[in-house]
Amino acid sequence: MADMITYREAVAEGIAREMRRDASVVCLGEDIGEAGGVFKTTAGLWAEFGPERVWDTPISEQAIVGAAMGAAMTGMRPVAEIMFSDFLACCWDYIANEIPKVRYMTGGQVTVPLVVRTANGGGLGFGAQHSQATENWALTVPGLKIAAPATPADVIGMMAAAIRSDDPVVFFEHKGLLASKGTPAPPEHVVELGRAAVVREGADVTLVALASMVPVALRAAARLAQEGVEAEVVDLRCLVPLDMSTVLASLGRTSRLVTVEENPYQGGWGATVVSVVADEGFALLDAPVRRVAGECVPLPFADALEEEVIPTVDKVVAAVRSLAAY
Amino acid sequence: MDSAELLARYEQMVVIRRTEKAAHDLFLQGLVKGTTHLAAGHEAIAVGASGALRDDDYVFATYRGHHHALARGATPEECLAELMSRATGLCGAKGGSMHLTKASTGMLGSYAIVGAHLPMAVGAAWSARMRGSGQIAVAFFGDGATNIGAFHEALNLAAVWKLPVLFVCENNLYMEYTPIADVTAVDRPAADRAPAYGIPGEVVDGNDVVAVQEAVAALARRARAGDGPAVLEAATYRHFGHSRTDPATYRPAEEVERWLKHDPLDLARGRLTELGVPAETVTEADERARDVVHRAVEAAKSAPPPDPREALTDVWADGGAAWRT
Repeated sequence: MADMITYREAVAEGIAREMRRDASVVCLGEDIGEAGGVFKTTAGLWAEFGPERVWDTPISEQAIVGAAMGAAMTGMRPVAEIMFSDFLACCWDYIANEIPKVRYMTGGQVTVPLVVRTANGGGLGFGAQHSQATENWALTVPGLKIAAPATPADVIGMMAAAIRSDDPVVFFEHKGLLASKGTPAPPEHVVELGRAAVVREGADVTLVALASMVPVALRAAARLAQEGVEAEVVDLRCLVPLDMSTVLASLGRTSRLVTVEENPYQGGWGATVVSVVADEGFALLDAPVRRVAGECVPLPFADALEEEVIPTVDKVVAAVRSLAAY
Repeated sequence: MDSAELLARYEQMVVIRRTEKAAHDLFLQGLVKGTTHLAAGHEAIAVGASGALRDDDYVFATYRGHHHALARGATPEECLAELMSRATGLCGAKGGSMHLTKASTGMLGSYAIVGAHLPMAVGAAWSARMRGSGQIAVAFFGDGATNIGAFHEALNLAAVWKLPVLFVCENNLYMEYTPIADVTAVDRPAADRAPAYGIPGEVVDGNDVVAVQEAVAALARRARAGDGPAVLEAATYRHFGHSRTDPATYRPAEEVERWLKHDPLDLARGRLTELGVPAETVTEADERARDVVHRAVEAAKSAPPPDPREALTDVWADGGAAWRT
């Protein structure tokens, strides 16, 4: 369908729109230039903006993110690519110690308007070191904004907001969604960070999901509807800022909550959502909460094993059934 | 360097030395908490380098960065107030000794994870080139940082992009408590490695403010002309231990004595005498420096503590700390 755009194309389109609008937006990363990125998410940028603004780096994750930080502190708006989100660990000092703290520890003197983009998540059989869903690593560090779009239009709108943000944003692009298609974003499309979306309405249970888990939750909701259970699906879109008002409002309509997250249960973002609900929305609940999350094991290689570890439609359906009967 | 300029550099070094001594004394009085990493003995590097830089050039320093903050425009009062947890501190008392920053004068921070700021300086230099501003960036770091991965990634990236950035190593012979020579495969931990990245690696007497200024000026001219980065390794010595709890008893007495005789202030005084500056002129500079630091100590002591509500500001660009909408 010619009027559709893939998630993969939306990444490059979202960056290109901002680079056209603002000359201070520059990109750097491994293989992002003429090669267009290993996931082809920067295809076309090098041809349009040239090697001065779309810079191929060596395999030097610390230097990529550290240099992006220095550039951001001095008037640029860098968009740095860390190829696989697993590799964020190689530059974790910058993500955990430098970028999110410099504004605070300088008493507000220094602002770091940068975006670190990275391909996140499993489901493609890449094995334990190229498949992790790591957005909750970033969630543990005050000072980072965390975006994880689920649709091509949101990729473009949230990329615009992330690049325009005066605060650092870690932008998780899900590998499992790259080939997915959606409606294109209109010109000047900006999706404010921290605005969750109710992507399916329903009165019986609230499914809160992020990134690749949004289509999983929607497929589960479609199957549940055949059983007479209407699930409302909330796409969080961002973990910081976290839009709990949309979650709590949805719970006010459904009184049942299931979080659907790809990262391991241990320390996952669903725990934060659930704890806020326990703190502030306990009276809204008519049933226990359920967290559908990854198993607390490294991601295995074989499809049959990987499916055992990460959430699937069947697992979400089973969790909702257990609550519907409560 | 003429006598007037050298006298100004000398006075700045005395201000730094006296500020460091004040920090040490205030610590012993219980008025500075946490820790301090004093740079007494390193003054000529900060002052000489700053003398060679433009006012709008960028500087990145380490947790041992009091001298750089002072040389790049922070006042003794702002720095001491920061160390003493006062509202008037350079960073509103949110940073402390290890994070002195004065962005308005290009002093873009002191970083307490060893070596982390070298790539940042590369990025600032990239930014300067993109903007055509003619600025350069300087990263000051210790000998210990040369064994960090970020050092090597930064040098390579700066070299391959031919960026206007200088890497200035303050080699004081010890990475914290351990002699750098015991843990490093080359004699000159910074300068010897520069050729591996295809960039110049020079060595200078880091206690001679004139030599440092001349060396930095030459490398800065080169960087501004588009000839790329360079490494300057400045030989120096700590007068105190690594941090305030370290009496540095691991250092051989004869080594300490030899270096204390090679004090940057004495060297500068000797050069002033050679240039015919009268002793009383030097004494007047000493007295001005003493008065500046004395007033700074008194002002910082009488400044109020920060409002506790400030703890929840400045995480985000909107000033606040809210993580939820």
